[in-house]
Formats: sequence, C-alpha cells, structure tokens
Amino acid sequence: MSILFASGFFADESVRTALVVGGSAAIVSALIGVFTVLRGHAFAGHALADVSSAGGSASFLLGVNPLLGFLGMAVLAAGAMEFLGNRRVRERDLVTGIVLGAGLGLSALFLYFDVTLRNTTGAAVAVMFGSMFAIPASAVPLTLAVALGGLAILGLIYRPLLLSCVDPELAEMRGINVRLIGLLHLLVLSLAVALSAMTVGAILSTALLVGPPAAALKLSARPGRAMCLAAAIGLASTALGILLAYDSFYWTPGHGWPVSFFIVTLVCLAYLLMPRGADRSRRAV
Amino acid sequence: MSIFPALSVQSLSVAFAGQDVLKDVSFDLAAGSFCGLIGANGSGKTTLLRSILGFQGKQSGTILLEGVPVAPNRRRIGYVPQKLALDPDMPLRARDFVALGLDGHRLGLPLPSHAKSRAVDEMLAAVEAQDFADQRVGRLSGGQQQRVMIAHALIRRPHLLLLDEPLANLDMRSIAEVVELLRRLAREQKITVLLSAHDMNPLLPAMDRIVYLANGKAASGATADVVRTAVLSKLYGYHIDVIRVHGRVLVVAGEMPPGLAHDPVHVTAIP
Repeated sequence: MSILFASGFFADESVRTALVVGGSAAIVSALIGVFTVLRGHAFAGHALADVSSAGGSASFLLGVNPLLGFLGMAVLAAGAMEFLGNRRVRERDLVTGIVLGAGLGLSALFLYFDVTLRNTTGAAVAVMFGSMFAIPASAVPLTLAVALGGLAILGLIYRPLLLSCVDPELAEMRGINVRLIGLLHLLVLSLAVALSAMTVGAILSTALLVGPPAAALKLSARPGRAMCLAAAIGLASTALGILLAYDSFYWTPGHGWPVSFFIVTLVCLAYLLMPRGADRSRRAV
Repeated sequence: MSIFPALSVQSLSVAFAGQDVLKDVSFDLAAGSFCGLIGANGSGKTTLLRSILGFQGKQSGTILLEGVPVAPNRRRIGYVPQKLALDPDMPLRARDFVALGLDGHRLGLPLPSHAKSRAVDEMLAAVEAQDFADQRVGRLSGGQQQRVMIAHALIRRPHLLLLDEPLANLDMRSIAEVVELLRRLAREQKITVLLSAHDMNPLLPAMDRIVYLANGKAASGATADVVRTAVLSKLYGYHIDVIRVHGRVLVVAGEMPPGLAHDPVHVTAIP
C-alpha cells in the first residue's frame, strides 16, 4: 500500500483539493462531452476552452479566483459564437475559429502583463497546462457549486437534448424549444471547460471533454450507460493521474511530473484500449 | 368517430421569396384513409406537410384537424421526417428512440417504469422491430430505421400519421414491406395516413386517396378519379398521358408548350 500511495497522499490538503476539483471537472466534462461529441461540437468545445484562458490569465492580474476568470470568458465566448451564428457547419467552424483567435490574442496580452507587471512567471504554464496541486482549498466551494449547477441543468434537459441530437425537427415537432436547449447545452459546456481549465489547463481541457465520451461511445449502446461510463473513465483517469503525479516526486527526487501529463495520457490510453461494443458485428445489411 | 374529416386543408397558399409554392390547395381526408401525396421533387410536398405541422411560418388558408386548429392538438399528429442523419456511434438503441417518442419532450431524468417499457415493447412488436430493438439506431439499415421511426411516431397514439418520403432510399423489397406495414397499422390502429412520394406505383396497393401536386396546385380524390389524362392535363396545364401497363401507372408528358421545353422541372420530374 505504501508503495502505491506514497506517504502522506491522503493527508495532504493540496492532494485532497486536487481530487475534489479534478473529480468535479472530470465528471461534468464527461457527461456533457457525450452530447458535444454527438453533435460534432468538439472543435467548439476546444475553442471555448482556449478562449477561457484569456479569463484565467486576467484573473492573475486582478487577483481573483481563476475559476471565475475561466468561467466568465468561456460563457462570453459561447455567447459570441451563438450570436454570430452557428447554423451551418462551415459557418460554425469559421465563427468558432474567429472567436478562438480573438480570445487567444487577449490571452497573450494578459499573460504578458502577468509576467511583466505582476511577476508571476508560472502563470502561462498554470493557465495553459494546469497546476492542480497549487489550487487553494478556498476554491473548493465555488468549484462544487459550478459543478452541481452544471449537473442540474444537464439532468433537467437530458431528454429534450437527446431528442434534439437525434433530429432537431422531431424535437421541434414535440414542442421543444430547440434553440433554448442548444443554448443551455452551450452553457453547461462552458461550465465544464472552465472546470477542466482549472485542473488540466485551458489547452488540455479538450482531453477531458472529448476523450472519456469517445471511449464510452465505443463500448456502450445506451445513452445513460454511455454517460456513466464516460464519467467513470474521466474520474478514474483524473484520480490515477493525481496519484501518479504525487508519486513521481519520488521517482526523480525533488521534481514531480505535471499532473496534466498523466491525466491526458491515461484518457488517451482508455480510448485506445476500450473494446468496441458487441452490436457492430451484428450490423444489419 | 368524429363527424369531421380527419384532416381538412382549405385554400392553403404558401409563398417563398415572392414565389408561390402552394396556390389555393384544398382537400379533405376522411378518418382511416390512406392517402398518397404525390408530386415531383420541388412540387411542394414537404412544404404542405410542414404547413400541416404548423412549421411553415407565412401561409394563408385554414388547416383543421378533426374540426379544430392544429396548434393545440399537435400531439394528435405523428410525424416521420425524411431521413435521420444519425452517427453510427450514437448510443441510442432502437428501443431508446421509441421511448423518446413517448417522453422525449419531458424535463428531468427518465425513471424506469414497467408501463413505459411495456408500451415500447408493444410498439416494437407492432412494427416488427423486435429483432433489432437492442441495436444502435444509427447502424440499422434504411428499412429498419424507417420501422423504428414509425414506431417512434405512433407510440403516443396519434390520429393522423404524416410521413415525408418514407420510401426514398429504400430497396425494392423494403419499399414493399414498409407499404404493407403502414397499410396494416392504419387498419389496426385506426389512423389516417398521409405520406409523400415522388413515385405513386409502390403505393397503389395500399392507397385509397391521392393528393397530386403540380405547379403549386393540387388535385385530390379517389386514386382512380385523379390519375386520369383529363385531370392531370388540367393540373399541369398541358397534355399529359396516363398509361397503365402491367398494373403500373406511367404519367408521361405529351406535347409540351415551347416555353416549358427547357425547364428541367417539367422535363424530368413528372413521375
């Protein structure tokens, strides 16, 4: 036991905080990620995360909780993408690309100020690639509130969102406000990427959003099960990644390896090793 | 049974960008009828179906469902869209999709219920989809998907079933099977069926009424009364020959006016 869990793993407050924040991010990202992958919105999700880095880097300048920064910028970007139009696939990709470029430009500016004015040299790495063991315990309540809010919205719109994914016209026919459901999906997506940006960083948050759902979709043919499986894969990768990063401190004495590296590698492995579901072989002609 | 027609469309006109798509279209469907909505591509079949569903924004005329406006009674209509563009990896079994027909509009998480799974099983049996009920919808063949979509539309027991080109993209055998299935369901579940198609021939064994669209206008009535040289010639505005060979009907453009000779809609699209 002591070989696996290096001494003091669970006693360490920064580890406990990392587990709570990382776990929340992994669960919300995996659950909403199933719909994001199905709707082909993975690029939009990635763009939201990248743009949220502008908020994260601004929060270092203002000295506020970085989650607020990530969150504010992700919601703004989602609103901009919706406002500028996302009906046709090509148009949506263009708008997403433009918003992405503008957001990363702001990010470059704020990170420059972080370094020159505030002397926070680690800001760039923390914002882009995450720095889980540095999350203060005071960030936990807000994280949990955001995560629970996201889960509540997702639970509420689960069936209309599923039907909208199958066919928007069928959903409209049933009296579902497809546009409103799409907006709420985008809102939960923003919450998820903000949480993930806190843990694995803005750039890597796509890994938690896309990887576990993609792995789960290979195996499960049922919507509820696919979502639970995705959440389990995301949670397991995050927890194991934190453990390995903690242990890595003893592999190369004095220098631990970054948590994000372990988490995204584990997610990638889960996708590669996940078997295909059985029904493919029975495919009807 | 209601004394009103199952569906009554009166003086319906729809225009897009100043162009008339439907002009003064009127017809009634008696309850229990099996009606083909026949016309070439672009003749306004989808527009007419969307108008009945209340999706078509600007229109004039009245559409009544059993004597009352459609809007508050939309749940009495079942609708099968042209084709689902589903990801083969979508984690949704045929069974799950049919269940969404029952409660897909509801908020909150679905709770398991015996009554619900029994209703889904019954519907799957009615469309003979038990064999592939546990496969992903996106991986089913066109004919199988069509059955599942029909089950999705019928599970709330609508009085009127609208289908948009349900036979397009199906092979000959699936076409015959889907038509027979619809005919049986219409009889067993006492529903009125209105389905669009660009070729009326596969529907001839089942169809007792026809709404024929051309030039934005409609001719409707019993199939034998409408599919005649005189009626269709009047509808198209130039001579049309209706030829019956080996139980099939061919509608052939006769002498076309010179102005229409190069209009691809008129040259190619007469079914």
